Amino acid sequence: MTKLTRVRAGRHLHGGPLTYAVLIVFTAGSLFPLVWTAIAASRNSTRLSQTPPPFWFGGNLFKNLQTAWTDANMGLALLNTAVVAGSIALGTVLFSTLAGFAFAKLRFRFKNLLMLLVIATMMVPPQLSVVPLFMTIAELEWTDQLQAVILPTLVSAFGVFFMRQYLVQALPGELIEAARMDGASSLRIVWHIVFPAARPAMAVLGMLTFVAAWNDFFWPIIALTQDNPTVQVALANLGQGFVPDQSVVMAGALLGTLPLLLAFTLFGRQIVGGIMQGAVKG
Amino acid sequence: MRPYTDQAVSPSAGDAAADRPGAVPAAAGRPGDTGRRRAVRSRRYRWDMKYSPYAFVAPFFVFFAAFGVFPLLYTGWSSLHRVSLSAPNDMQWVGLHNYTRLLEDEFFWNALRNTFTIGIISTVPQLLMALGIAHLLNYRLRASGFFRVAILTPYATSVAAATLVFVLLFGRDYGMINWVLDAVGLGKVDWQSGTLSSQVAVSSIVIWRWTGYNALIYLAAMQAVPNDLYESAALDGATRWQQFLHVTIPSLRPTILFTVVVSTIGATQLFGEPLLFGGAGGQKGGASHQFQTLGLYLYEQGWFNFHLGRASAIAWAMFLILLIVAGIHLLVARRLRKSQ
Repeated sequence: MTKLTRVRAGRHLHGGPLTYAVLIVFTAGSLFPLVWTAIAASRNSTRLSQTPPPFWFGGNLFKNLQTAWTDANMGLALLNTAVVAGSIALGTVLFSTLAGFAFAKLRFRFKNLLMLLVIATMMVPPQLSVVPLFMTIAELEWTDQLQAVILPTLVSAFGVFFMRQYLVQALPGELIEAARMDGASSLRIVWHIVFPAARPAMAVLGMLTFVAAWNDFFWPIIALTQDNPTVQVALANLGQGFVPDQSVVMAGALLGTLPLLLAFTLFGRQIVGGIMQGAVKG
Repeated sequence: MRPYTDQAVSPSAGDAAADRPGAVPAAAGRPGDTGRRRAVRSRRYRWDMKYSPYAFVAPFFVFFAAFGVFPLLYTGWSSLHRVSLSAPNDMQWVGLHNYTRLLEDEFFWNALRNTFTIGIISTVPQLLMALGIAHLLNYRLRASGFFRVAILTPYATSVAAATLVFVLLFGRDYGMINWVLDAVGLGKVDWQSGTLSSQVAVSSIVIWRWTGYNALIYLAAMQAVPNDLYESAALDGATRWQQFLHVTIPSLRPTILFTVVVSTIGATQLFGEPLLFGGAGGQKGGASHQFQTLGLYLYEQGWFNFHLGRASAIAWAMFLILLIVAGIHLLVARRLRKSQ
């Protein structure tokens, strides 16, 4: 009987038809430019210079993908980007977990001051460091080499903060104390207790970092050229007239986006969960 | 992910206990050979306790010092010099010249103005729409998982890929958007050359990429609102809209503030969208610099006009703007906390 007196409100209300209608329109708007990228990539430049614009797929998709792969250096770009984004994600996850663990569970001098420093650095924009970084890689002759884009982004203040917030509550202090009683060194504790406990957050941080590194734009287009590009550098050159055929440009955009879209169809729920989880704590 | 799965938490403790008898207090006071070994071990333990925390945070701070702090300061230093891109290590001291020049530079003010207007046009509709979508997603829905992933796909699309598509969609003669506008009788718009129209087009790329992401952040915050609040509001006869206005929005204030700050930071740095929207020669931000942002102006000065010193001064001006934003954020946050 209590069920009858209980009021349905807030998130226990079911969405009405209007809710679905708006959500479907919004979702369609979110997906449409991506679908249309594929449509445009399957046409040719003559067809893209006609009205009305094409609404369905043509027959040139594979030819255009092939042209983008060879002429715009997309093959090398994809490989490079996988290496760059993979290294950055790995480095960020590892270093953030170590630092996050220290900030969450260990005692040391200047801890609060250092944590404050980490938080403050989350705000520093990349523009503030490009000029000296450019001078440095010019001096070291690192232009066009992948370490020039890997090293500067190998750690992340957000990552440290994220792992600290997670480990504060996910890692019981007694567990560490018990291991210490048994004579385990800090390194053993990290390997056998911290890493297993942090694994879900490490996975989320890894995915978010990978996406961000894959799509990083500003520094890579300064540090790299078309000879040894990441995907974004190759796309920037495509957009600035490197290949005049617009359907090839779209094929390049499609190639550069597909790996992440594939990852999203596989791990979409985890990524959504990670963003929402980060939001509540952030 | 696989390698760790089998290592539960307990085995480590057990196996550590087997080969290392207590290094801790129990060791004290026992005579003989084992005593010395224990002393070594406890010294090692103390060192471990004392220094390993620093070892754990060191990688972050070493990299951060090398690629964050040092460049930040050095940018300040080079902003006081005349530095050419062709000979970046040959620096001539010019004092504050780069800054005073900036103040008289109409292109700088133009870029500042554009950054500001594009920031407003892209952030305000984006966050309002995100709030609305989050509110709808907060109802009980079929396929809610699908909606959440689908609205996040623009976030997976890079700035470059997204902008290349939008350039075609916004094409003056053959673009989809003008075709639709023409079909409904509104007439075509020249999205490239108009000041407002080009800024709207650039903003729409930002809006497309980030609305879903922000909606999910709002959704997370909405799910943390205790449902009792809605129930009692409903008992008092509040409609859905009133509940949204008087329960949801007030509870979300800190999150809204957070997203405003993050979006503002992003808007201050806007770069890739206007660069690629301009096509070849995009660093100008359009034929009459109508959508050149501060980030683009920095890039043009440094890497097309070869003035790295001036570029550094622009970077520090951007930093100053961000500090002002942060200051306003702190003030607003404090005011909010007091009012609650």
